[in-house]
Amino acid sequence: MQERCYHCGAECDEKIILDNKFFCCDGCKLVFQLLDENGMCQYYDLTNMPGMSAKGKYASEKFNYLDSEAIQDQLIQFKSGDQAHVVFYLPQIHCVSCVWLLENLSKINPGIIHSQTQFEKKEIKIIYKPSAISLKELVQLLAFVGYEPMIHLGGNDWMKRKKVNRKQLLKIGIAGFCFSNIMMLSFPDYLSANIEELGTLRPFFIYLNLLLSLPVLLYSAKDFFISAYTGLRQKWLNIDAPIALAILVTFGRSVFEIVTQTGAGYLDSMSGIVFFMLIGRWFQDKSYDSFSFDRDYTSFFPLGVTAMEAGKEINKPLSKIEKGEILLIRTDEMIPADSIVLTDGALVDYSFVTGENAPIEVPKGATIFAGGIQKGRAIQLEVVKSVGQSYITELWNSPILKTEKNTEKSFVHPWSQYFTIVLFGIAISSGLYWWMVDSNKILPAVTSVLIVACPCSLLLTVTFTYGNVLRHLGKSKMYCKNASVLEAMEKIDTIVFDKTGTLTNHEDTHLEYIGAALSVEECIAIKSVTRESLHPLSQLITQYFNSVSTLKAVDTIQNFVGKGTQAYIGSTEILIGSSSFLKMMGVEMNSEIVGSSVFLAVNGIFKGVFKVNHIYRQGVGEMVQHLKLKGYQLYLLSGDHAAEILNLNNLLGSDVTMLFEQSPNDKLNYIQELQNQGHKVMMVGDGLNDAGALQKSDVGVAVTDQTHLFTPASDAILEGSMIPQLHNLIDYAKKGKLIIILIFILSLIYNLVGMYFATRAQLSPMVAAILMPVSSISIVSLSALLSFLLFSSLRSRS
Amino acid sequence: MSVIVLLIAVSVLVAGGFLIAFLWSVKSGQMDDDYTPSIRMLFDDEVKDTNHRQNKK
Repeated sequence: MQERCYHCGAECDEKIILDNKFFCCDGCKLVFQLLDENGMCQYYDLTNMPGMSAKGKYASEKFNYLDSEAIQDQLIQFKSGDQAHVVFYLPQIHCVSCVWLLENLSKINPGIIHSQTQFEKKEIKIIYKPSAISLKELVQLLAFVGYEPMIHLGGNDWMKRKKVNRKQLLKIGIAGFCFSNIMMLSFPDYLSANIEELGTLRPFFIYLNLLLSLPVLLYSAKDFFISAYTGLRQKWLNIDAPIALAILVTFGRSVFEIVTQTGAGYLDSMSGIVFFMLIGRWFQDKSYDSFSFDRDYTSFFPLGVTAMEAGKEINKPLSKIEKGEILLIRTDEMIPADSIVLTDGALVDYSFVTGENAPIEVPKGATIFAGGIQKGRAIQLEVVKSVGQSYITELWNSPILKTEKNTEKSFVHPWSQYFTIVLFGIAISSGLYWWMVDSNKILPAVTSVLIVACPCSLLLTVTFTYGNVLRHLGKSKMYCKNASVLEAMEKIDTIVFDKTGTLTNHEDTHLEYIGAALSVEECIAIKSVTRESLHPLSQLITQYFNSVSTLKAVDTIQNFVGKGTQAYIGSTEILIGSSSFLKMMGVEMNSEIVGSSVFLAVNGIFKGVFKVNHIYRQGVGEMVQHLKLKGYQLYLLSGDHAAEILNLNNLLGSDVTMLFEQSPNDKLNYIQELQNQGHKVMMVGDGLNDAGALQKSDVGVAVTDQTHLFTPASDAILEGSMIPQLHNLIDYAKKGKLIIILIFILSLIYNLVGMYFATRAQLSPMVAAILMPVSSISIVSLSALLSFLLFSSLRSRS
Repeated sequence: MSVIVLLIAVSVLVAGGFLIAFLWSVKSGQMDDDYTPSIRMLFDDEVKDTNHRQNKK
């Protein structure tokens, strides 16, 4: 049995043992030692194998740019004398141990005064002494223990969100306080058989109620008035307008009754309604804090780079990089701008940009595009286009994307308009009736109608139902930006898929060997060679020979960066690399294989090819068939070559339109063309190459296999494993409207009952006070019940 | 009956105290994170252990 690393849980190939514990690599062992020295082994007690693999990840020069003052100013939130506050986003946070370790960082370095994490947001706030530990050392420490912060150009947008959230809570708190106290003070009025008994206490209760209702009217309900007012100024009657009117009428009538000493008013109903509606809004708006749906390219690019000036390395903020500058790009760093390669050894992983994950060799003198990640050794580049004008970043400046998205107003508003019209009709006709019968009752009847039939039940239904649907989708690992995404999803008739990373799995690659059979000896030799290299393709080959357990020592090994490897084991020569490399080494061969592949020759004789195939996610075919049955038009836009067309035809069926070799701009334009034909388009994709299309589409769904990875701006984020369930998820999202209609019918019944009393001018404050919470609570619970039932029926289907 | 006036005044004051406590807690950011504190409270204090170490040194 293979031992697992005590720190990160990876399988241990080599046996590194310390204190009777196994470690997969020196990196993990070092982290353990550091924690052990500081008496912090509780980290390992809280969760089993909590660590992040430290294998080959740590390069200290990577953070040199943090020495630059300009960059520090962008990151540090607050600085005074001997204290600085900084907040980092740490996507690796995943368990109790993480929180414990991060909050005890001060034990490792006394320069850290205090650190506090926010688990759901995956953030850490650190207060430290700049005199004792520099920002760079701080980040290096975080990276060393396995939590490398994501530091990017477009960083801190989270401050704004927080403020909005707090205000909403304050409003709910005040409304709740006033509502419950008014309710309590109204009880004597409802319950005493003879009001006269109360004597002088009654005015005291009533005026106290009036006082308590003022904060609700003036502060808690403020948003309704503001929204109604802005709507009316744009000559548009939104749902807040009749609600604001109802609040005002209720308050006005109550004040009138109190002043003329004819009654106690409806202040309890008014504050109750405001309280419930505020809770509904808060429930619907609770967002997924650890996701960001509005990332543009700045979130993907590093904050600073190393520039070469007069032979010296200088750290510069990315925004200051201009045309003609020389940049130094180290292993695993991103190319920030379109450039020309000046040195050998450029091996670029464009998976971010194109979705193709095999690294591409870029010769000296050729152009290299922004967004690629250098996999080879450190190289130098000359910038030819500034960051904002590079090929990939230009997408965001495309005029097509400037148009606003989802400007269509929710169906709730027209409904509330009809509702309001009918309401006024009833109010006027009951007013007319009483004008003929008993003119004293005109005012009570008309105001009662407006009080009882405010469309707040519609608003409650909508906010709670969408809130529930969003939560259930979140449980199925589909995270929507907000409720309007659900409404947009309902109108979708066309779905466009990306191939790589969406229908296929990024991580799950399958290696296929084509060529002459290999002897056991040869297999051992090949594995012994490939395990020496960190190149992703070599690692794949090592995995391919998983069953080979014996290994031999490699006598000599020579790596030709970006080309291949030549190694000797005894007298056996192994050549592994690109076809051009093998030809260069004098191997004769003719092979026409497209896609990412590695060529193999033993003792100068061509043996065969390791071909990398992407595996399609299981269940993709069925999902596509379901979508077709539901009548969706399906398209596939791939940045890849058409080599896979036969497989795809089998998998998806020939009636799915497929286009290959699509540039990011092509995808964007194609979506627009579909929209111009009147289609409502959902784009399902990943990576920066789909970013434009995701943003342009009516519903952009970003697919990711690790939710902590960055996804481009989108309306929803879907975990890759849930792709086969896509049809069910869309189905469920659409059910929201059905639930709303059902509940709305129920609330109409309540309204009719209330209306019966109101039009007879018999609405006592008590009837209103009973009707209001009963209808609100039954709406809320019915919405929760229906959305849960529909969700569990969806689960049982999958 | 006037004692009721007094009682109600006291009850509103007490409730108001809780309201102020709530407003203060929201404003000071205690409601910003509703998950991590539930983890944090489970950590054991290591005070004894560290003292022990320091004594040895």
